[in-house]
Amino acid sequence: MGLSNRTKRSLLYDRAAAGLMGVMTRFSGLIVVVIAAGLFWKSVPILKNQSLFSLLFSSEWYPLRGQFGFLPFIMGSLWVTGTAMILAVPPCLLTAIYLAEYAPRGIREGVRPLIDLLAGIPSVIYGVWGVLVVVPWVKRAAGWFGYSTSGYCVLSAGIVLAVMIFPVIIHMTVEIVRAVPQEIREASLSLGATQWQTIKKVVLRKAFGGVLAAIVLGLSRAFGETMAVLMVAGNAVRSPAGFLDPAYPLPALIANNYGEMMSIPLYDSAMMLACLILLGVVLVFNILAKLVLIRIQKEIQ
Amino acid sequence: MDRRRVEEAVMKGLMKAATLLIVGVLGLIMLTIFVRGIRAMSWSMLTQTPKGGFYLGREGGILNAIVGSFYVAGGATGLAFAAAVPVVLYLNVFCRRGSRTAAAIRFLLDVLWGVPSIVFGAFGFLLMLAVGLRASLLGGIFTVSLFVLPILCRAMDEVVRMIPSDLLESSYALGATRLQTAVRVVLRQASAGILTAVLIAFGRGIGDAASVLFTAGYSDQIPQSLTRPAATLPLAIFFQLGTPFPQVQDRAYAAALILTILVLATSLLSRWLGRRLTRHSIP
Repeated sequence: MGLSNRTKRSLLYDRAAAGLMGVMTRFSGLIVVVIAAGLFWKSVPILKNQSLFSLLFSSEWYPLRGQFGFLPFIMGSLWVTGTAMILAVPPCLLTAIYLAEYAPRGIREGVRPLIDLLAGIPSVIYGVWGVLVVVPWVKRAAGWFGYSTSGYCVLSAGIVLAVMIFPVIIHMTVEIVRAVPQEIREASLSLGATQWQTIKKVVLRKAFGGVLAAIVLGLSRAFGETMAVLMVAGNAVRSPAGFLDPAYPLPALIANNYGEMMSIPLYDSAMMLACLILLGVVLVFNILAKLVLIRIQKEIQ
Repeated sequence: MDRRRVEEAVMKGLMKAATLLIVGVLGLIMLTIFVRGIRAMSWSMLTQTPKGGFYLGREGGILNAIVGSFYVAGGATGLAFAAAVPVVLYLNVFCRRGSRTAAAIRFLLDVLWGVPSIVFGAFGFLLMLAVGLRASLLGGIFTVSLFVLPILCRAMDEVVRMIPSDLLESSYALGATRLQTAVRVVLRQASAGILTAVLIAFGRGIGDAASVLFTAGYSDQIPQSLTRPAATLPLAIFFQLGTPFPQVQDRAYAAALILTILVLATSLLSRWLGRRLTRHSIP
């Protein structure tokens, strides 16, 4: 072969780079698996000590006595996330449909970047707003109805989380709704349907899976959110019984205690299990939502 | 008016109300942060580190946290960038179109993006314990770089993917190898978009608190080496708001304003660069 030395060298570099970069790429894809494996490995001591069932469904949280029942924290997470979803989903869907279908160009192009811009605001800022505005407001509003609360409760955390996931749900839903082909809208309109009938019976039916995926992504974001919740949820180790009770969600538990209580046996293992539960839930939601979105993308192409 | 028109009008009204509500709430947040922050802002907040009795309301500022945040977020973005460039080039130049490996890696990176930052923080601390590293600038940089890696990879990937394949093929036709094409053609063509992605990642990194909570520590000094703990703005806000003293809480509001402005400025800059990029694209 009459290849010059320079060409040979170039080809050698090319092959070496392909190998090295291939390894790096595969490794970066595996980080999430490594994280899950690391957390699991560290959770093994507590899983050996106590059955998974009692860890998940017992309310006995006495680390000094070696009793780790995660139920109050799991319930705290469910209450706070559930409240956030109830508050966030209806206005988000209405806004997204308005922006995608009705809004004049000017409004759409003004509002969408604004909402996207706010998606980047750090969660601690939302927490500051929660402490400054939401907590006193909830306390006062509860007073009007004759309830007393410190304001640091499920409802406050739910409101702050709902506001945080507004941008996530709206951004995705607008994209999904706008990806519905224009022809099927026209077909419906030409049959005499009103615009709202078309949206309700044609567009939303077509976009249903994607909208659900957007909601699930918002849900998983709320479930894993830490700082804002930590600042306003009240953090009392008790399953909340209502919207005005304090809650202690899993991420807040980890943030408050990990790294400090290392002298108590099994405590760090319990924290790692809490992380693993959090990661597991979020991964399941994310993977489901992603699979739906990938299918939709294929359909469009 | 028949029933369907009434329904249409009602729904449209509800939608407008919802949009107003959401824009209003988000505006209210910004207003709260700006009003309370400006009231508590002073020149010494920006230019001094905490003095004795700072956390009881005496003199000083949060320069330590401002500089610390730049160190952590800057270092982390740099580190993640070094790891993301080969990944993105591999996905787009070395993998064939429609490659299953590339699709799987993109999927896994998206999943990694969704992992809560507190999990990154705990995992980072776990690794630091394993190698005997205490809470430090280095630990913070490493953990935050894991956190921003998927953001950076996927944002850069979106830009690089847009490069027309004709451009790559012209390069191959001139006898360039894939590596030469990747470095000299792809990176150069995507440079503005890559800068946008880097800014997005930096903005995410500087605002995140949960990932630095265990790993970067906190210190009243500006860190002089990688093994010293570093203060960060989100944690400065969190800790100062947690004190019972109103003067100290006021400083939390000032710190919140500084962080908000930094994040918004980064985001606006990346948007502006993004627009410039599309202006220069090949039709």
